[in-house]
Amino acid sequence: MHPPSSMTPVAPQPDAATAPIAPRSFDQVIASYQPVIGLETHIELGTRTKMFCGCAAAFGDEPNTNICPVCLGLPGALPVANAAAVESAILIGLALNCSIASWCRFARKNYFYPDMPKNFQISQYDEPLCFDGWLDVRLPGDSVDIDGNVEQPSSVRIEIERVHMEEDTGKSLHVGGATGRIHGATHSLVDYNRAGIPLVEIVTKPITGTGERAPEVARAYATQLRDVIRALGVSDVRMEQGSMRCDVNTSLQPIGASEWGTRTETKNVNSLRSVERAVRSEMCRQAGVLDAGIRIVQETRHFHEDTGQTTSGRSKEEATDYRYFPEPDLVPLAPETAWVDSLRERLPELSAEKLARLQTEWGLTDKDMAAVLGAGAVQLIAATIAAGATAEVARKWWLGELARRANADGVELEGLAITPKQVAEVQQLVDRGSLNDKLARQAIEGVLAGEGEPGQVVAARGLEVVSDTDTLGAAVDAAIAANAEVAQKVRDGKVAAAGALVGAVMKTTKGQADAQTVCTLILERLSAS
Amino acid sequence: MTEFIKLSAAELAGLVADGTASARDITQAHLDRITSTDERLNAFVTVDAEGALATADAVDARRAAGEQLPPLAGVPIAVKDIVVTNGIETTAASKILRGWIPPYDATIVTKLRAAGLVPLGKTNLDEFAMGSSTENSAFGPSRNPWDLARTPGGSSGGSSAAVAAYQAPLAIGTDTGGSIRQPASLTGIVGHKPTYGGVSRSGLIAYASSLDQAGPFGRTVLDAALLHEVIAGHDPADSTSLDLPVPLVADAARIGAAGDLTGMTIGVVSNLSGEGYEPGVVSAIAATVAQLEQMGAKVVECPCPHFDYALAAYYLIAPSECSSNLARFDAMRYGLRVGDDRQASLEAVMAGTRDAGFGAEVKRRIIIGTYALSAGYYDAYYGQAQKVRTLISRDFITAFSGCDVLVSPTSPIVAFELGPRAEDPMAMYAVDLCTLPASLAGVPAISVPCGLSDGLPVGLQIMAPVLADDRCYRVAAAVEASLNSPVLAAAPQL
Repeated sequence: MHPPSSMTPVAPQPDAATAPIAPRSFDQVIASYQPVIGLETHIELGTRTKMFCGCAAAFGDEPNTNICPVCLGLPGALPVANAAAVESAILIGLALNCSIASWCRFARKNYFYPDMPKNFQISQYDEPLCFDGWLDVRLPGDSVDIDGNVEQPSSVRIEIERVHMEEDTGKSLHVGGATGRIHGATHSLVDYNRAGIPLVEIVTKPITGTGERAPEVARAYATQLRDVIRALGVSDVRMEQGSMRCDVNTSLQPIGASEWGTRTETKNVNSLRSVERAVRSEMCRQAGVLDAGIRIVQETRHFHEDTGQTTSGRSKEEATDYRYFPEPDLVPLAPETAWVDSLRERLPELSAEKLARLQTEWGLTDKDMAAVLGAGAVQLIAATIAAGATAEVARKWWLGELARRANADGVELEGLAITPKQVAEVQQLVDRGSLNDKLARQAIEGVLAGEGEPGQVVAARGLEVVSDTDTLGAAVDAAIAANAEVAQKVRDGKVAAAGALVGAVMKTTKGQADAQTVCTLILERLSAS
Repeated sequence: MTEFIKLSAAELAGLVADGTASARDITQAHLDRITSTDERLNAFVTVDAEGALATADAVDARRAAGEQLPPLAGVPIAVKDIVVTNGIETTAASKILRGWIPPYDATIVTKLRAAGLVPLGKTNLDEFAMGSSTENSAFGPSRNPWDLARTPGGSSGGSSAAVAAYQAPLAIGTDTGGSIRQPASLTGIVGHKPTYGGVSRSGLIAYASSLDQAGPFGRTVLDAALLHEVIAGHDPADSTSLDLPVPLVADAARIGAAGDLTGMTIGVVSNLSGEGYEPGVVSAIAATVAQLEQMGAKVVECPCPHFDYALAAYYLIAPSECSSNLARFDAMRYGLRVGDDRQASLEAVMAGTRDAGFGAEVKRRIIIGTYALSAGYYDAYYGQAQKVRTLISRDFITAFSGCDVLVSPTSPIVAFELGPRAEDPMAMYAVDLCTLPASLAGVPAISVPCGLSDGLPVGLQIMAPVLADDRCYRVAAAVEASLNSPVLAAAPQL
């Protein structure tokens, strides 16, 4: 966690050096540079209580209700480490194939900012709890090599530098400005409910050699890291709610050069899609700057969801000296080997093995599976299947209609206001013949719009398929009467012409008629007369 | 009524327990004593007469109901104003906290209340416990009842003055580099710094977390021991508190009072003597060591070479921690706020408040500590000081392989005059020479009055291994027993 550049309302710094310089196209970047990326990911743990006190670690409560002398940093109050949070951090470390320190300490990171009650953050510095791990990441889609052969989806090993623990800060709310940002605000309010919520920071080693795939590697890593952590059950890992936050480091190395370029750190990256966009945008920007003969400034940059661009934040070259030193209020962490071993045994199936098993169970090709992974839909599909849907149907909904809607709304699949259970319920209505495909999509739309459970939406919107022959009989009679010529063709044996009559009935019943029943009724009437 | 104030805590508790006296009358007698003397002494920052009498009444009611009272029930006590008290202003003797009413009690205050002790109020100190004379208090210095022109020591000088002047039989102090032992020595009373982790720090406004420790003041060794047993023990709210049995210090005090030290080896720290030590102090200590030998102890010389570097190490480690601990005083959530005209920037308000709210010595230590922790200087200052700390701990281990306790003067000088020394920080820091090693190593140490130098009290410091606090009390009680009359009896009437 780093503080913003200034405590007073200050406008974003204009990019003095780079403002007039146009970014290069992505193809131009790849032609001249090799990107080096790295990710620092913060995970808010889902423990019942905060990192160093007994306050509820809850999201969305009234401001300043989950606070006490410890998380407010009142004089005399002391932190005591939450064993459940330490356990969660070790589980994350183990799932990322890390070594677990047998002895390590917390450290104080000192800087002044009003959302930090003590004006230091308890974190870890040179003695992280977990270190030297890796995560194998599968890349979505396939690529075509120079000879035109389609290559299988590939896998990249992301090296994990460290996994350490720290406490979250409070949350500043800037009031009076148009945007809710510090710029233009008249005053700021602070909510300390978040202060002291346990965080785990996961830092990769620099990721090199991924070339043009760097943006998608970044996204795939973030996606699969999220899936691994969610499988552990230690966090709900929701980027849109801030329980998972990614900072993306990017630099460019001119092809043929022996040294890496200067890196920037992009913050405010609030979705998996943005992780990819932020890397791509920053690569293009940096190439523009370098091609103009200007050096890259080591700095923090902010990603903007609306424009897809980054703007300059705080320059690291004049960065705060955090004066880290070992936290004297806490005893060192010394996880016993037996405890770590017992946690290792509790680990859910390792992610690579689990994915292979699911792929077989769901009967997917490598390409299909890569698409599921890329969409971040593994857990959603699994949960939908668990709620009663078939694998094929679950995949169809999440990668089809729901992916389309998520994309249109610019959110992740899991950000949609529908649960796997609700998706399964809609499908059950289809299977029972109560909904057809079109009505099912409308039912989904209603659930997404917050109109309630699928059953309620169907009832409220009157979506149920009409298969009652008395009701449909009248509509069929009306259609025959209104389309005498077509009816005659059917009587003459051109059964295919009945389609037009079915269409007419569907139109008058607004698509709610059961097409099969309508067809049967038409044929009965026209053969009988 | 005045006879109450001259009694020991143990005696007062006995009167309450057997119904001879009420806690209310005892409390009132001490409140009256405060009223009649504190204009001259300035020992108290806050007197809570109403709360004290209500607490005393509650003790009397418990006794009337036939309850078995805890050992010190009904005994008045003074609490250093760096210990957080629920509902009672807690200032740390700083302008920056003036008016702050804490919403919670320090663990030791909770324990005092549970034990039926009667807090009379909050005592003066050097601002945030940084100093050796109480001259750094935002509320003016406390004065030594032996001579009102002199300091009662610091930083817990309000507590030591209150006990020495019979305003309270007991007091709580805190000791980071000697802040209990040195004031005890300078006022002719007993003060003990427990093993680090022996007493909870939860609710002590932190100065230097790795060194701070609360402890008891009393006029007798047994009183201090009885209070020690009330406040000691594991606290889940302080992860550095030790989850181990509390040493049986009251028993040790009773055993020591018999005056038999046969079988004990006492090490005299040879390099806590010599230049800078007042001759009267040196001779009083030497006479006491001879007494200890008379009582059967074997006396050996112990060189502790790294103690010479304790002062330098302490004045890097403590300021480093204080620079971080005191960062929270920023005008945002409580305490003083200066310059907030709704136009000034946040930084201006924070800086203006800290500039106006902190005194010169606190600022000096924050600046020293900030520098020592800075990138590029950390290894040379903070890192190096931590290495020295380890070497000092090793000196203790080596010494304790050949003796049971170590002794030295508590202070190289007797109570000094208020004024001149406060102008010279280095001269003031040098007052802590003898007390710093035990603080850095986290070992227990007591100061017990052992004689006079030019008519002012001299204290003997007794240091023991970690969690062997009982040895401090045993030897201290033997010293006390060896005196013809209590040192404090020589103090002039106030």
